[in-house]
Amino acid sequence: MEVPVALTVGVLFGSGLYLVLQRNLLRLVFGLILMSGGVNLALFVAGRLTRGISPFVPEGAYAPPMGAANPLPQALILTAIVISFGLTVFALVLLLRTYERLGTVETNELPIRLRDPHPADVSPPASSVPHATPSTESSGGTSDPEVGS
Amino acid sequence: MNSLILRTTTRLLIGVLLLFSVFLLLRGHDLPGGGFIGGLVGAAAIALYAIAYGYEHAFALLRIRPRALIGVGLSLAVLAGILAAFAGEPMLTGLWWIREVGPWTVKLSTPLLFDVGVYLVVIGVVLRMLFSLEEH
Amino acid sequence: MSWLLVSPILIPLAAAAVSFALPERRMAQRTVAVGASALLLATSLLLLVEVATRGMVVMQAGDWPAPFGITLIADHLAAIMVVISAIMALATAVYALVDIDPAREGLGYHPLFLVLVTGINGAFLTGDLFNLYVWFEVLLISSFVLLTLGNRRAQLEGGLKYVAVNLVSSLFFLVSIGVTYGLTGTLNMADLAIALKDVPTGLVTILAMLFLVAFGIKAAIFPLFFWLPASYHTPPVAISAIFAGMLTKVGVYALIRAFTLLFTQDVPWTHDVLLWLAGATMLTGVLGAAAQNEFRKILSFHIISQIGYMIMGLALYTPLALAGAVFYLVHHIIVKANLFFVAGLAQRMGGSFELKKLGGLYRHSPLLSILFIIPAFSLAGFPPLSGFWAKLVVVLAGVEVGNWAIVAVALVVGLLTIYSMTKIWQAAFWSPTPEGVTLSGLPQKRLWVPVAMLAGLTVVIGLFSAPFMNLAEASAAELLNPAGYVEAVLGADAAAEYDVPIVLEETP
Repeated sequence: MEVPVALTVGVLFGSGLYLVLQRNLLRLVFGLILMSGGVNLALFVAGRLTRGISPFVPEGAYAPPMGAANPLPQALILTAIVISFGLTVFALVLLLRTYERLGTVETNELPIRLRDPHPADVSPPASSVPHATPSTESSGGTSDPEVGS
Repeated sequence: MNSLILRTTTRLLIGVLLLFSVFLLLRGHDLPGGGFIGGLVGAAAIALYAIAYGYEHAFALLRIRPRALIGVGLSLAVLAGILAAFAGEPMLTGLWWIREVGPWTVKLSTPLLFDVGVYLVVIGVVLRMLFSLEEH
Repeated sequence: MSWLLVSPILIPLAAAAVSFALPERRMAQRTVAVGASALLLATSLLLLVEVATRGMVVMQAGDWPAPFGITLIADHLAAIMVVISAIMALATAVYALVDIDPAREGLGYHPLFLVLVTGINGAFLTGDLFNLYVWFEVLLISSFVLLTLGNRRAQLEGGLKYVAVNLVSSLFFLVSIGVTYGLTGTLNMADLAIALKDVPTGLVTILAMLFLVAFGIKAAIFPLFFWLPASYHTPPVAISAIFAGMLTKVGVYALIRAFTLLFTQDVPWTHDVLLWLAGATMLTGVLGAAAQNEFRKILSFHIISQIGYMIMGLALYTPLALAGAVFYLVHHIIVKANLFFVAGLAQRMGGSFELKKLGGLYRHSPLLSILFIIPAFSLAGFPPLSGFWAKLVVVLAGVEVGNWAIVAVALVVGLLTIYSMTKIWQAAFWSPTPEGVTLSGLPQKRLWVPVAMLAGLTVVIGLFSAPFMNLAEASAAELLNPAGYVEAVLGADAAAEYDVPIVLEETP
């Protein structure tokens, strides 16, 4: 069973990489999502695939039954999923903000738009006056360590 | 969103969802469940409420800012780790307090405290993300 | 002792929790940030003393025995890094009191900063590969938010590059962990050091290269550095400074750990790759800096070139070279953050970071000029400052091995560093104030305190280098003897199983 899963990992990574290399940053984020799916699958295979027995210790016993699945990769994947969930949401919020402030998410366009003078950016230095955008509450990804650990 | 069906269903569902999230939280030590998944269900319940009734109402329902919720949850989790010091054990060692109270066996422990912390942090983080996306 | 070991993680984490719980109380948040940093410095110094006098401190979290639970361990290198991170945290926390505007504080600057410090310290102290990944993510996510805090347009543009590249690096790290686990069945680093011996050398080398990419992106080594100069000059100085000081160095620390503890099976090959990369990193960094005309961008490119020196120390892989790398780490963190702080002060007086728009600062504030010259000369490697000893030791190590090419590169890069520093000096301090620019008054005293403190530190390290060098040598000795690390974590039996003398063989 390992070979088809490994191939799936390859396909996920390949298509993720293809998307990451696109100029549209939204595609880049989608590519990262695909790749992190591939990585999670790779972690899963790394623990060897077994059939059907979940790694729970039965009542009165001290060890899981013989042939039970390896719980460690599952714990690793759970952590990795949580982390990539937080990072993906942050990346999407960042992209949204960028689109609002700069009007584009194309990598080629960004530096050009950045050079346009913009009232909120040009006059006062960052230290004296806060950004002039209406939305002050920002940045969803205030993730925290406990979720991951 | 203004939908009578959604509002009515939400009113019926939110209690069940919140109760279920606490159930998942408490069940978590020996069985599938725990603070993380419980927190997600709880956050989903409040998100559903926010979609049905608007974010201001959800905010009012919550009564505490999501970021403060993160702070409280994180503090509980850290506390759960530090409590082991009083038993002379390394950090995060599980301490158990099991008593017979009437017909029930009450099991309190630092892993439970840690899970409650995680529960609050997850609700706080997810709602923080949702609210900050909603501001647009 | 185990509580002393976890305090560098627990103190900032608990402070972050308190700070999160008080979203509206700005004064309370500030007090918590500065107080926690000071406390952190005190406990991490105690930890360093403990490690230096009685050897490595180890703790198994939750009392789960070693290869199964999460191990925390402080050897000399980790303890030194934690002390430096505490110094940086304190300096930044004080500087941020003035530098971070109320809007950014309202957005949660203080708790995020404390989470960042937690992540940095966690990465230094962990003895478990997956736990290292988790700490990396903790520091990454807080750095993402800090970098883009305030949503200025340049910040968003730089932040996107930073986020994208670092996410890819995290994926590489995670998939390398997966392959490692698949090959060995363990992720405890001490246990891995033993288990990797049974894996065919070719596979281990492939693993080593995977980790090299993952950590190399974080450490900004050639050719994976381009995200750094694209983003580090965008946030406020207090944020850039701790990024410049600490973040890439966490990557360097991870490289040092990986290439002394785990991947020593094929030293001639892997460390040769590192040496080539070190040379290329030094050169591209310094040449990139020569082309820049913005204070912070010049400094950003110099981070890259200086990281080349540290990787060079690691690549040469002799006791002297590793000691040099450790010494260089310490020196560089202090000096680089200090230069960023100075850039902030210069901008406050001169109104810009662009060298063309700056000028006349020497006449305006001789004190600032001195505070610039000290770290700038130290960076360039003038005696008797800390940078001189750092460069000297690394270069001597190159001479000792007889690798003249890398020695030549190191010396040329040193010269070009002087060129960049002179350029800043000439444009910002020495030349007359440009037309139409009025210099504003001296900034608040609280901004000067961390600058003076760090400048004093580089002088002290330069003048009294012996104790610092001894610590660096002790760390190098530990790094070259992984059996000691294995014994500290898993006990004497495991160390006997490890039991391989360090062979420094020439390439056949």
